[in-house]
Amino acid sequence: MSFLAAPPTLSHYLVLGAVLFAISMAGIFLNRRNVIILLMAIELMLLAVNLNFIAFSSFLDDMAGQVFVFFILTVAAAESAIGLAILVLLFRNVGSIDVEDLDELKG
Amino acid sequence: MNVQTALFYLLSAILVFAALRVVTARNPVHAALWLVLAFFTAAAHWLMLRAEFLAIALVLVYVGAVMVLFLFVVMMLDVNFDNLRTQFKSYLPVGATVFVLVLVEMALVLLGNKPVGVAVATAPAPTGGSNTKALGVLLYTDYVYPFEIAAVVLLVAIIAAIALTHRRRRETKYQDPGKQVRIRAQDRVRVLSMPSEKNDS
Repeated sequence: MSFLAAPPTLSHYLVLGAVLFAISMAGIFLNRRNVIILLMAIELMLLAVNLNFIAFSSFLDDMAGQVFVFFILTVAAAESAIGLAILVLLFRNVGSIDVEDLDELKG
Repeated sequence: MNVQTALFYLLSAILVFAALRVVTARNPVHAALWLVLAFFTAAAHWLMLRAEFLAIALVLVYVGAVMVLFLFVVMMLDVNFDNLRTQFKSYLPVGATVFVLVLVEMALVLLGNKPVGVAVATAPAPTGGSNTKALGVLLYTDYVYPFEIAAVVLLVAIIAAIALTHRRRRETKYQDPGKQVRIRAQDRVRVLSMPSEKNDS
């Protein structure tokens, strides 16, 4: 049990990031009909990735990881803004946010 | 077990629990609020990892802007969320399988390799300086071109979000310059030749 009692190392944070990523991955499968929860699960995934980046940056004494997280945050904010705009538009046109109802292109 | 270790496990427990509630919450508003808690806890983790600027940015940008946007959309849309959860139980085995698979894969990767730490730092962290200053110096020197691209990405996001959701209302009165130029005098004024009335008095 030395892993648990030791002060947090890089592996601790990587395990935490892996658990977070797995939870959000499972969440995408669990809520595959609700687009809003899908977007939230994607945000959670990005958070797990960012946690890994910052852990590496901190333990390897390399600021480049934090710069990368900065860009990920920027792109994720843009992504969620456009995603929610599409969601609003979708609800206005289809009247539902169920993924199963989005079969317009199926022909 | 010192304070840092105890804090790490406390924050990790909160973070994992909040993440679990995000994906299992019945009400999307609750899911969004649990996601806010997850972001706050992650910001605390980042503070412990000496990434102060990004921790504050996470709280400001995510909790302050993105999650408010999420809550706004969830509350604005009149969606019957119960219909969306009818097959939740049937997806549970698949979800659990994926969870275990991803976790086992990550565990194999983490346990199978030697601990990392051999990479050469391309941008060494400052000793004794502030994290914000170090990040700013890097952003405006080595990463200035990606920084500009990030600004353009944000601009595109603004314009796209407005263009997508903007709706021209039917009763709005607006000018059509093409019609204004094409108009001719006889379309507007019609000259009638009428016999004038006799004045009886």
